[in-house]
Amino acid sequence: MTVISAKSVDLTFQTDDGPVHALKDVTLDINKGDFVSFIGPSGCGKTTFLRCIAGLESPTGGALTVNGMSPEQARKARAYGYVFQAAGLYPWRTIGGNVKLPLEIMGFSKAEQAERVNRVLDLVDLAGFERKFPWQLSGGMQQRASIARALAFDADILLMDEPFGALDEIVRDHLNEQLLKLWARTDKTIGFVTHSIPEAVYLSTRIVVMSPRPGRITDVIESTLPKERPLDIRDSAEFIAIAHRVRDGLRAGHSYD
Amino acid sequence: MRNVLPILTVVAVLLGIWVLAVVPMNIHLAVDQAQRDGVAVQPDTPTARQDVGAVALALRNPAVLSATYTLDRPRLPGPQQVIGELWRTTVGTRITSKQSLVYHGWVTLSATLLGFAMGTTLGIALAVGIVFSRTMDRSVMPWAIASQTIPILALAPMIIVMLGSMGIQGLLPKAIISAYLSFFPVVVGMVKGLRSPDAMQLDLLRTYYASPGQGFWKLRLPASLPYLFASLKIGISAALVGAIVGELPTGARAGFGARMLVGDQYGQPLVTWAALFAAAITAALLVGLFSVMERASLKRMGMVR
Repeated sequence: MTVISAKSVDLTFQTDDGPVHALKDVTLDINKGDFVSFIGPSGCGKTTFLRCIAGLESPTGGALTVNGMSPEQARKARAYGYVFQAAGLYPWRTIGGNVKLPLEIMGFSKAEQAERVNRVLDLVDLAGFERKFPWQLSGGMQQRASIARALAFDADILLMDEPFGALDEIVRDHLNEQLLKLWARTDKTIGFVTHSIPEAVYLSTRIVVMSPRPGRITDVIESTLPKERPLDIRDSAEFIAIAHRVRDGLRAGHSYD
Repeated sequence: MRNVLPILTVVAVLLGIWVLAVVPMNIHLAVDQAQRDGVAVQPDTPTARQDVGAVALALRNPAVLSATYTLDRPRLPGPQQVIGELWRTTVGTRITSKQSLVYHGWVTLSATLLGFAMGTTLGIALAVGIVFSRTMDRSVMPWAIASQTIPILALAPMIIVMLGSMGIQGLLPKAIISAYLSFFPVVVGMVKGLRSPDAMQLDLLRTYYASPGQGFWKLRLPASLPYLFASLKIGISAALVGAIVGELPTGARAGFGARMLVGDQYGQPLVTWAALFAAAITAALLVGLFSVMERASLKRMGMVR
């Protein structure tokens, strides 16, 4: 079942230096339960495309639907949870209070709020940290709390914009592993923007390779890796072959300029 | 404790300068007085003494030096005289007496607090308007800045006289001047505070399809609190200055400003100095009170470690 459908999506920003083609002719279908990574150099439009799906930017051409609705309608229907590069937790709220934020805004009952906070904190391994303030947690824990916040209202789609980009490699590996487990348990459709080839290959069922000027899709790679993925799968020949193809796609995109 | 030592050092240096300055400031008066009391002084006529510098005169009349600290109407009173006057008019006088600085302090403080409350309310309301309305952003801010370029000393008598002619007297005119001075730092600080959430935090609320009201109560207002407290500390001292200025030009009978004026007009410098110090101490206490409130509330909000 197609959850997100993009047909010839264009987005042109008008700037003082003339038009900037952030996205050009982007066509892509994302099915329910997919884990799709967007990878590419800066300026390739991967974050812009994610923001279009979220209804935070509006395409200037083409057709884009989320759950069969326009992205704007989908945003108003709270169809997705969004995780930003920085955790962006409110310093004046405890971890529990931060996870509760979307629930308060969406008008869940007090009892339901408490139940959901417990459930999603458990899901990201932060049970027991509910009463801590953000500064009392490490960067990786803060990012996990922000994932819990995005999961709290049970949207079927999870959009993640370089969520682990600011974390060190060891923490990142750990979180990647946890994210896969979480995805397996919740059956969400995930859109994931990243700079890192190993991260994209390790996590995704599909890898979308993008390149800049104009921002466009140069390759879509279906992963042949099994759904169950221990960390050492990254040493397998299959993994290396996929990573190689991603690298080739990135290089091909660059040869245009 | 680490913070106390630097403060005490500065206070000690200022006191030292003060103590040293008393002798040259008062020596001419002290020598005149000594001569009237029958003490032999050099030079022995007032006109001749006019031509002698303060330090030289002090060196030629060492016996008179200590008298410079105890004059009834000194140009510059000694610290111990000011402290003595402060003590006499606070602890040593009934609060209900017209001599009591506590009584006068309360008159000024009540106007200060009323004006501060008015100014803060106005400031926050304007800031909210400026942040949420583009029209207000463009129209109000320039006027708010312009309002602060008018010397309050010129404006205060006009406000008092105008309100007086409308039959409004006493507390309210002074409070309005206080509000006039204290709303501005609140506007500036609150506008900055309400705008402090970054694009990512605003985007996050958009992904929740939060209403502008929810954005205000859940994000902008709590994010602005540290800025608000900084503004309140400036605002409360400005409000006190406003209340005192409001008492100066109109012959008010009570308040710190009235005491300063009385001291000046009746040649009682000690009264003026005691009122000045009482006002400064009051301002320090008010600012200190807000610092304590700031620490307590930011700590409760988890924003101070």
